[in-house]
Amino acid sequence: MSTTVLPESSRAAELLTDSRTTLANKPPKRRRPTQWLPYALLAPAIVFELLIHIVPMLVGIWISLVQLTKYFIANWSAAPWAGLHNYAVAVDVNQAIGKGLLNSFLITIAFTILVVGISWTLGMAAAVALQRPFAGRGLFRTLFLVPYALPLYAGIIAWKFMFQRDTGAINHILVDQLHLTDNAPFWLIGNNAFGAIVVVAIWRLWPFAFLMLMAGLQSIPQDVYEASSVDGARPFRQWRSITLPMVRSVNVTLVLVMFLWTFNDFNTPYVLFGSTAQPPAADLISFHIYNASFITWNFGSGAAMSVLLLLFLLVVTGGYLLFTNRRSQRA
Amino acid sequence: MRETTASKFFRVIVIVLLTVFTVIPLYVMITSSLKSLGDVQGAFTWIPHHLTIEPFVQIWSTVPLATYFLNSLVVCTIATLFSLAIAIFAAYAVSRWKFRGRSTFTTAILATQMFPGVLFLLPLYLIFVNLDQLLGIQLVGTQLGLVITYLTFVLPFSIWMLAGYFESIPRELDEAAMVDGSGPMGALFRVILPAARPGIVAVAIYAFMTSWGEVLFASVLTNGNSQTLAVGLQQYSTQTNVYWNQIMAASLVVSIPVVVAFLIVQRQFVAGLTAGAVK
Repeated sequence: MSTTVLPESSRAAELLTDSRTTLANKPPKRRRPTQWLPYALLAPAIVFELLIHIVPMLVGIWISLVQLTKYFIANWSAAPWAGLHNYAVAVDVNQAIGKGLLNSFLITIAFTILVVGISWTLGMAAAVALQRPFAGRGLFRTLFLVPYALPLYAGIIAWKFMFQRDTGAINHILVDQLHLTDNAPFWLIGNNAFGAIVVVAIWRLWPFAFLMLMAGLQSIPQDVYEASSVDGARPFRQWRSITLPMVRSVNVTLVLVMFLWTFNDFNTPYVLFGSTAQPPAADLISFHIYNASFITWNFGSGAAMSVLLLLFLLVVTGGYLLFTNRRSQRA
Repeated sequence: MRETTASKFFRVIVIVLLTVFTVIPLYVMITSSLKSLGDVQGAFTWIPHHLTIEPFVQIWSTVPLATYFLNSLVVCTIATLFSLAIAIFAAYAVSRWKFRGRSTFTTAILATQMFPGVLFLLPLYLIFVNLDQLLGIQLVGTQLGLVITYLTFVLPFSIWMLAGYFESIPRELDEAAMVDGSGPMGALFRVILPAARPGIVAVAIYAFMTSWGEVLFASVLTNGNSQTLAVGLQQYSTQTNVYWNQIMAASLVVSIPVVVAFLIVQRQFVAGLTAGAVK
């Protein structure tokens, strides 16, 4: 198909003459005639990113600066200008709205640290445990990946059933089988809801850490371990001085991605608790903002909160990347 | 290399604990889907008193599950195919050319991963409503809006993974194809794509699974007949009775296609990750 394009024939000749030199010496560079091509190749991706990601984000920032309540939603371009009022309300921790946001923010931080930390630990432990071949390794690897492959809502609904007070498996284990307590506790309302959502989120997330770390461990040559073993290094020492440094680049990406996903997690509370009855103890920030926007119909305020959330994530991500880059340069 | 007792002990403990943690919800899901409604409404039992396949029959009539299933299949298949094509072109450009704006593009692509979904849920809805009024393209309440949304959601990670994969393919290969008379596009189709098959399969599975499991935008952008499984599954519990046995049966039925597909290609998925993400 491309041979019918006129300039191509001359390009082929051109490449033919200089291919010998480029192949041998420097990385090949494309000639000027195709300089428009990368832009054409990127165009569809850019159009969709603009339409679905960039423009809505800009609209979101605009909404955060206006007084978009239910009175203006039908004719939203007429909503009165609010300036930074929505932001002032969101960060005023002495008022109910700001206090609620701060509380939700702190809960989300605790949730994220627990979920990412434990998921990483479990993923690493499983990847190391399955690093060397043994009978049944493939079976366990497949089994551990099932929660990741399961559609998000299917896994969470199963947990929701298990956490039911009177008919669930969790209370059956705790009360009827282990006799830890006489009164069956509630799991999806009250303070226990935090523990419940942490467990569910870990169950969903740790297989992803396992998958990425397993892929990373595969690239470590076996003879490195053998050499260090000859030198008398014990398994934990090998893990610390061979495995960890070798999967560093995987870890940098993995931890960042898990952090962002967990901090922004909306689906887990939405499916686990239902769309209206969020327990205050597990008031994650995405759901908090969703409530602020859609239940109270104050979209300007909700948008201001999500812009603040985005700024926070930007700062953390930027700082994290700076820190990890500097460390890798020093190393 | 010999294995020490301590590391063997560690391995057994880790595998046993994680197996129990992984299996319990799956076991509960499977056994509860085989119980009668009376059994799931009483105290939980590990072993069902009577096995019945009735829930698997009833799920199709309690909720129009077949319609939702078809909707999900259509939305996710189209979104996956289009995002794959778009991501392949973009990743090819990023991995094979040095051009002005390249690093801006790759940074912007990764930055979109940070966006909280709630930030652009309402703006996207408003934009879709306005496009409908301006151009007459109905994007809310149809599958089209959901397809466009999902294909964009999975683009950043797909481009990033594929670009990494393409970079692992030696440039000499496509240079050789160009010497043989193929243009850059010919080199892409004849050399790069066949060589990158594991990476492409991995990205396709990622895109399909992500779309299949998405809940938030599915519940806002669809209604009535255009609803997908993510929304439809919740309808078993919003009625006066909570049909837990049917919920579990339906969860199993909707999970099987993606779980089976993933487990079949899991080796290629790991291989794709190794080349794409592990650099």
